[in-house]
Amino acid sequence: MGGGPMIQSIDYWAIAGPLVLALAAGLVLLLDAFVPSRWVSGAVTLAAIVAAGVVIAVQAAQGTTRGTFCIPGSAAGSESCSFVLDRFTLIFAGLTLAAGAVIVLLSMGELASGRIPAGEWYFLLLSTLTGAVLLPASRDLIMLVVSLELVSLPVFALTALRRFDGRASEAALKLFLVSVVSTAIMLFGVSLLYGLTGSVHLDLLAAHLRDGVSQPALMGGDGAGVLAVGVVLVLAGFTFKVAAVPFHFWVGDVYQGAPIPVAALLSVISKAAGFAGVILILTQALPNQSWLWTPIVAIVAALTMTVGNVLALRQRDAVRMLAWSSVAQSGYILAPLAIGSGAAASVTYLVFYAAMNLGAFAVVTRFPGLIESHRGLVWRSPVAALALAFFLICLAGLPPGLAGLFAKVVVFRELVDGGLGWLAVVMAINTVIGLYYYLAWTVRLFAGRPEGAPSVGSRAVVTAIGLTAAVAVAFSLAPQLVLSAVG
Amino acid sequence: MNWLLIALLAVPGLGTLALLAGRPSTQTPAPATAASQIEQPPSPALAEPPAPGTEPTPSPALAESPAPVTEPTPSPSLVAAPASGIEPTPSSARASDRSRAATRIGLVTSGLTLVLSIVLAAVFDYGSAGRMQLETNLAWIPGLDLRFHLGVDGISLPLVVLTALLTFLCFGYLAGQTTPRPRALAFALLVLEIGMIGTFLALDLLLFFVFFEVVLIPMYFVIAIWGGHDRRAAAIKFILYTLLGSAVLLLGLLVIYAQTGTLDMVQLAARHGAGIARTPQILAFLAIGLGLAVKTPMWPLHTWLPDAHTEAPTVGSVLLAGVLLKMGTYGFARIAIPVLPEGAAALAPWLGAFAVIGIIYGSLACLAQRDLKRMIAYSSVGHMGFVLLGFATLTPVGINAALFANIAHGLITGLLFFLAGAIKERYGTADMTALGGGMLARLPHLGSLLTFACIASLGLPGLAGFWGEMLALLGAYQPGAGQSRPLFLVFMVCGGIGTVLTAAYFLVMLSRVTHGRPDETLAVGVDVRPFELAAWVPLVALTLVFGLWPKGLLSLTAPAVHLILGVGP
Repeated sequence: MGGGPMIQSIDYWAIAGPLVLALAAGLVLLLDAFVPSRWVSGAVTLAAIVAAGVVIAVQAAQGTTRGTFCIPGSAAGSESCSFVLDRFTLIFAGLTLAAGAVIVLLSMGELASGRIPAGEWYFLLLSTLTGAVLLPASRDLIMLVVSLELVSLPVFALTALRRFDGRASEAALKLFLVSVVSTAIMLFGVSLLYGLTGSVHLDLLAAHLRDGVSQPALMGGDGAGVLAVGVVLVLAGFTFKVAAVPFHFWVGDVYQGAPIPVAALLSVISKAAGFAGVILILTQALPNQSWLWTPIVAIVAALTMTVGNVLALRQRDAVRMLAWSSVAQSGYILAPLAIGSGAAASVTYLVFYAAMNLGAFAVVTRFPGLIESHRGLVWRSPVAALALAFFLICLAGLPPGLAGLFAKVVVFRELVDGGLGWLAVVMAINTVIGLYYYLAWTVRLFAGRPEGAPSVGSRAVVTAIGLTAAVAVAFSLAPQLVLSAVG
Repeated sequence: MNWLLIALLAVPGLGTLALLAGRPSTQTPAPATAASQIEQPPSPALAEPPAPGTEPTPSPALAESPAPVTEPTPSPSLVAAPASGIEPTPSSARASDRSRAATRIGLVTSGLTLVLSIVLAAVFDYGSAGRMQLETNLAWIPGLDLRFHLGVDGISLPLVVLTALLTFLCFGYLAGQTTPRPRALAFALLVLEIGMIGTFLALDLLLFFVFFEVVLIPMYFVIAIWGGHDRRAAAIKFILYTLLGSAVLLLGLLVIYAQTGTLDMVQLAARHGAGIARTPQILAFLAIGLGLAVKTPMWPLHTWLPDAHTEAPTVGSVLLAGVLLKMGTYGFARIAIPVLPEGAAALAPWLGAFAVIGIIYGSLACLAQRDLKRMIAYSSVGHMGFVLLGFATLTPVGINAALFANIAHGLITGLLFFLAGAIKERYGTADMTALGGGMLARLPHLGSLLTFACIASLGLPGLAGFWGEMLALLGAYQPGAGQSRPLFLVFMVCGGIGTVLTAAYFLVMLSRVTHGRPDETLAVGVDVRPFELAAWVPLVALTLVFGLWPKGLLSLTAPAVHLILGVGP
């Protein structure tokens, strides 16, 4: 790294988004000591998310790429930055914050029971969001790992905050063990990559690995093998986070045991962060090694969608079914990455998925329990039932759920264009399997027999349902919103 | 931008909004009664005669009917239940009021759509029926290259009018009845209409696909909620089969897009396959053909059809047979053959072979059926076989025949399903042995209409069913360039045997049902009612018109067919 000056100037405007969230997290914890009201904490959290959202929106409107925490780069005059604010970062940050706002609204319903300490809850939630906003901006391995941990660690605590519930404790322990193991595996891979190249910045890694073709020490002998092991280990670490096969088994128990807003968070925010990390490492650090990772990603994607769908087929609990179906959806998100250049399609699908899945979780927060208890929901709560039906049809990918249909079309097009016909066929079959269980659920909503479990939750949850439904409808009518944002 | 085509889609759309807006403020007993209907087969107790004044159908109680207990529960009990005398009058009166209001909205909306489609037929320039007319081309999703591109030509115009007509007749038929959940049914039918008309108007591959998919969910609910005894399984089978087909269809469409970079069907058709190499053409034709063949349906992908038709309520069967199947065959004429001529030429023998197997299989299966609705369903497999055989010849004669048979089948089978529904409602069963015989004596008008429809369907010269099948066989006599003539001669002979078998099973059925000595112990109720006649007469009339004056339709499709095959007139 040479002997240049190591004093870094910090561009505070660039990091304003995560900064606002981090400061608000501290504020919420402090405030809770003096004004222990769950409404105040909730309001401050929501305000912080909106403020961060405004920052992100302004940064997006400016349209410039900014970097900070930089060191001199490989070429003369260039810089390698640890924190970069570009379109990719902004999309993920926007997605995270929007999802975060919905999850805060859902939390208000969950916390209304008064058995969960609100201050800690919101503090942990804001910490997770900080990590999730930092992660897509991270451009070096260390910061990636640190922000990924910042996403994960608070979630264990959030899962376990329902201390009176044995299931929640079990879920938290399971999540903790899985996450720690995956971090360890990932760190091992990261250390191998660092050891091979001597740098942690993604662009420098890519440069080293490209130049390394001519270095016999690196590519000949054991170098290639070490590189392969490193890549596989890093990928394995991330597959835990995004719940891809073969590291998917924790999903059912954890989602079901956790409070529903936390399950929603796991399925959208934590998953989006995981995908941001995968995309960054694969496309920024290892673009020249795509021959090595594209086959792995393709097989993992095919297995993930199939296993997720097959497991979802037999679920009777609403959250558990959403858990396995979100595993299947992870497979669809992974699939375009197997092209090597399909990251944009992955991100597009992720954005559509986030809106549809959060909506489904929002309705389930209001009407938790077995899917069977949703029988005839349309007679008790027509708006919520129609919204849920719409989300499920979206997830299945059929009109009138055009958002889901177009999301799938984007992925299919990428696969057909990229010559991965077999994966497209696998995905087509999976779409049909998915339709079966989404539709079986939808039909129950419209079946008669009005008696059933009472609804829980507050006006906040209803607001969340309304918001997600509005977004899903907007995405259905004008998918171009997402397509042009992702570019 | 042309408002007429947009209005054709917008009017049913506004109708659905009107239905949504007209939500009743009170939760009338519909949920509770509907609940029992959804969940359990209605018990004989439900099949009491309806309250006086609501409906004059005397529905036979199960216990009296000679049908075995395992037979599908008669639909009249379903239909009559909400208005039946279980609950005293006020609530049931309100329910039937709501039923009327919802059906009236549907009737008005579909009537307006029919008027618009007739206006469309009036302003259509018949001098250049091969050209796309009244085009509307708006950007919708630039990121996917998806344009809101609509238009009509000689191929789509008859189908649009047929769709609007059949939907309107279905509402007309419903207007004379009391249905559970009328608002939901009207909603589903109007959404179906949007999807069907949109499919025939779309000129963008993805837009076509979107409309193609729009019909799935409403049709699923029509079968699953208002269907017969085994409706759940039938509905699931229907939607899983067709969705698998459409997923494959989407892949095929995307192969075309990947090869040519455009989704514009007019441009793609004008290129006649230029720019797509042979192998991708064959692959794309295979995928698109499979997708469409599920919908059509082609043997051996037809197995969803008999169940769906048998279990669907009358209006569902009518639209399923009358229009939904046409969406598959229309796809062949509009996309698969014009855009992928080399692929079509390579796979035409296979298409022809499956088509004639379908013809023979369909007619043999019909001979073995005991249920009237199921028999008509299997007859659709055979008729659609003729349509596919026409396409497989890749000649102007054959394709014109296919398009003609398409419309004829829509009219005749639509009528047949209306009649089968009416018979099932009156007798409480559609089982042919249980029906006994002598319908011509007991219900002379219904019996005569059934005879007419069956004779039209078996292809008597002078009625619409004749021309399509005759011309399809004629096309097979002289197949397109590059096709093996002996093979197609074999197909022609098999098709000819198929027509004989078709005549056989229809005549056997007529001899068992309409002739013979009537079973006096069976209460069968009144003959054809006015609203039923109103729904059926247009179909009878059009069957006669196109049977006596086939040129009316052929002159419309011929220029377009010449264009898609790239040959001079």
